This record gives sequence, C-alpha cells and structure tokens, in this order.
Amino acid sequence: MGPEILRDMTFDIPSGSFQFLTGPSGAGKTTLLRLLFLSLQPTRGLIRMFDRDMSQIPRSELPMLRRRVGIVYQDFRLLDHLTTYENVALPLRVRGKEETSYRKDVIELLKWVGLGERINVLPAVLSGGEKQRAAIARALMDQPEILLADEPTGNVDPPMARRLLNLFLELNRLGTAVVIATHDLALMDQVDARRMILTEGRLDIYE
Amino acid sequence: MNEFERIRRSRQPKADAKRAIPATDDMPAQQTRRAEMQVRPTGPILPPANIQGNALLVVIAIMSFLACLTLGGVSMVRATASSWESQISREITIQIKPDDGLDMNATLTKARDIALSFVGTTNGTIMDDGATARLLEPWLGSGLDLKELPVPRLVIVTIDESNPPDFQAIRNRLHAEIPQAFLDDHRTWVDRLVSMARTTVMIGGGILILVFTAMILTVIFATRGALSGNRHIVEVLHFVGAESGFVAKEFQKHFLKISLKGSAAGGALAALLFAIAGFWQSRSLATPESDQATALFGTFTIGFSGYLGIIATMIIIALLTTLTARFTVMRTIDEIDLIRSDPARSDGLPSS
Repeated sequence: MGPEILRDMTFDIPSGSFQFLTGPSGAGKTTLLRLLFLSLQPTRGLIRMFDRDMSQIPRSELPMLRRRVGIVYQDFRLLDHLTTYENVALPLRVRGKEETSYRKDVIELLKWVGLGERINVLPAVLSGGEKQRAAIARALMDQPEILLADEPTGNVDPPMARRLLNLFLELNRLGTAVVIATHDLALMDQVDARRMILTEGRLDIYE
Repeated sequence: MNEFERIRRSRQPKADAKRAIPATDDMPAQQTRRAEMQVRPTGPILPPANIQGNALLVVIAIMSFLACLTLGGVSMVRATASSWESQISREITIQIKPDDGLDMNATLTKARDIALSFVGTTNGTIMDDGATARLLEPWLGSGLDLKELPVPRLVIVTIDESNPPDFQAIRNRLHAEIPQAFLDDHRTWVDRLVSMARTTVMIGGGILILVFTAMILTVIFATRGALSGNRHIVEVLHFVGAESGFVAKEFQKHFLKISLKGSAAGGALAALLFAIAGFWQSRSLATPESDQATALFGTFTIGFSGYLGIIATMIIIALLTTLTARFTVMRTIDEIDLIRSDPARSDGLPSS
C-alpha cells in the first residue's frame, strides 16, 4: 500500500453547481476525479453519489452509474480511427442505440460546439481546440448530471481556453453540475465560482 | 424539461439573437445555412485488420487446414477399412485338409451342402483345381499338380450380411461330420480391421484435440495481445459507460470475422487437396503409382459426408475462436477493472 494521496476531506457537489478543483501538480486532483467517476475505490471513507453508497454497489452496476457522469480529459482520449461524429456518438453506441435514432442529435450537438463542418474528420487532422470540443461533446452526448473535466484547457491556447470555459458555463446554466480540475489561475479568475483547493491531500473549499 | 431539450431549444433561431451559445464564437455563421453534411457509414469500434490480425488469420487457416486434413484422412481410412470389412465378412471359407483315404471331391461337396443347409448362407462354390493352383502360384510356381501335394482345398460360402448364419453351429456340425474341415469366418481379419479403424479414428481424434487446443491457446494469446494493444480503446469504452459484455461483443465480432476467413481458407484448401488427389487417382487408374497409393491410403474420395465434416470443422473453429475471444476479453476486462479500481496499482494511469 502506497502513501495516502487524499485524506480527511468532506465535501459535496450540489446539483447544478459550478466549481474549480485546483492545487499543485501531484496534489491528487486526478485521483479525486477518478473517485468521483467511480473508477477508483477509496481505501477508506464513504462516497455517496446519486443517493447511493458506492461501497455497496456491485461492480456490474457501475457502468450504469457512470453513464450519469460525463468526463473530459486533458489528452482528449478520442479514438483515432473514428471520425468526430463516431467519437461523439460512442456513448450512445455502447448503450446499444440504433444509429438512425441518434444521428440528428449528434450532428446538432457537433454544430453546437462548433464542429458542424468537421463531422467526417479523423482526430488526427483536428486542432487541439477542436479535439477538446469533440471530447466535451462526447461527454455531454447522453446528458450527464455531472461533468468532470480534468485539465480541459491544458492543451489549448488562452483564447480557446476562454471559449471552452464559456461552453462549460453555458452547460452549467442549462443545469449540469460542472467540476473543472485545473491549475490555470488565469482561467479561474475569469469566473466567480466555488474553488476547491487541494494541498498535500487536504481539501479547502472557498465558496 | 431535460437538459438536452433545453440545449436544443436554446439553439432555435431567435429574432433578437443571432447566436444563443457564447461558446460557438468560432463557429462559422454560414454553417447552418449549408446543406446537411452526409455522415460516412459508421466504422467498427475496433480498428479493422492489422498485422496481428493477419498473422492470426494465417494461424487459424493453417490450424483449420490441419484439422480438415486429419478429419478427411480419418474418414478415408474408415471408409477403406469398412469396405475391406464388408468384402471379407460377406464370405466364409471352409478349408478341408487332405487325409489318407479321404475322397476330397465328395468331402468338398458334402461340406458345401452342410453349409448351405443353414439359414443365412446364400451360395457355395468349391474352388476347383485350377483356381487353387492359381492361388498357390506365387509361392509354389506354375504347373503345379495338386495330386502330388497334400494341399488343402477350399469351399467359399457367400452369406446373407443382413441375416448371417450361426457360425458356431456350422463349425460344430462340420467338425462332427468332417473332422478335416475347418471353418474360417474371417473374424480375425475383421477384428483386426475394426481395431485398426478404431485406432486410426482415435489417433485422428487426438490430433484434432491437439489442433483445437493449440488454436484455442493461440486465440487466447492473440486476444490478450489485441486487448493489450487496444487498451486505450477499452479505457475509452469504460469511461463512456460500456459494460463488459459490450466490449466483449466488439472483440468477439472482430475475432469471428478473422476466424471465419481463416477457417474458410484452411477448409477450402483441404477440400481442394482431396479433390485434386481424387482426380489424380481417377485419371491414373491401373498405373503402378496409383495402385500403390490406393493400397496404402485407399481411395482419396472423402465423399459428401467428408465435405460436410470439413464444413462442420470450419464452423467449430469459428465458434471456438469466438467463444475463446469472448471469455478471454471478459476475464481481461475484469482484471483491468480491478487494477483500475485498486488504489495500490495504477498501471498505465496518469496521476495528478
């Protein structure tokens, strides 16, 4: 067993809230996001999500709960052999939905994030900003209740970072709870939002 | 109203706002006026053929070829043995040893009549002097005078295969009435042939089991390799909410395609080989090479059932490959899930 990365923390993510999760590199931001995404089990402590105790949920049920959470990574994690459209449609495809039933919705969402002209393009030819918007669109495709973003602006220039932030704010305005893990202070200064600051495994919250 | 409906509605054209969404500043304004873009046909979640897939296809084709060859060989030997068996078991032979004061011709006739008096015998032929001399010619040379040598004589009795006589009763009666008579129902030969055919089938079965085992192991390694090579895809599928069954189905489809192609190629090659061998044999009838091959292997015809067997082998290989891939993927995904969720292990996962 390695050292404890996170300890003694109690917090909640209210429905429809917007917050930044910040702290120096190695503070445990990604670990906390993985815990929130039900991808990692805590060695001790209690996590309740969607009114359920995570330690009591069988592993076979976890995919169903993960579908209520959208996640965006700094490195986009788009599948290189699939087009923008196919990448964004992936969450619906894994749910076994017929392509004809979601085609219109996917195209509309792609247009909404400004990728209406890049539908049939492979990720290799997309710019960093376009890839991140495709990743965000994929996370939003099945209307998650909470969106987790791990350094979403880490690979884009400041103007694109501002546009992505606007996209997250708009999503939040539409009702999705948003958690953005970042150590970009300039980005956080643009919005007056709740800040969760991780330092050496401890969490301080500034409302 | 759910979020998606809200998103849709917020994007309806409004009289007082050109764009409802601030995030789309970089979106070309003329985009909405353009005709709907055509979406290309959806591609498979797993990338199509790669080098690893091609290598597996070749391995499966070779395994399938060997399995079909074994199956065809076994069915050929069985057919040959069965043909010998039926030829031999259609007849029985009564051998009469010469003895002092024995009227050979009268005894031969008597032996034939005794045999024909039993139900299940259809015809009796006494092998005459000429035929007996021809039979012994390879050992004793031509111009043999049977009267000079105490050579046993034979009566060949044809039997009704569907209703054979009671051989022991014939034997007992012959022994009682003609002590020099000996009944040979060829049981020893038939037993040997049956045992040879059974051994061949067992050896063939063993080879088939080995081939299938090797193929299953190859597929397990290939599946694990494919999973390892496509771990990033498994991770993405995981965080978009895919269940293990879905991921397994995708890999299963991938391997089903490979195994169908491989087993069809191997099976077709084996069937072609048998067809060519059969054709060659029919074209070279009565030549020394063909006679030798026929003596050793029988005819190269595997018949309709043989070809059905080849098709069945192909299907079994495809099914085995698919099932193996499914179980391996399910198990490997469970392992990946356990590793991922274990805080003490973070194989390949980034940390903050």
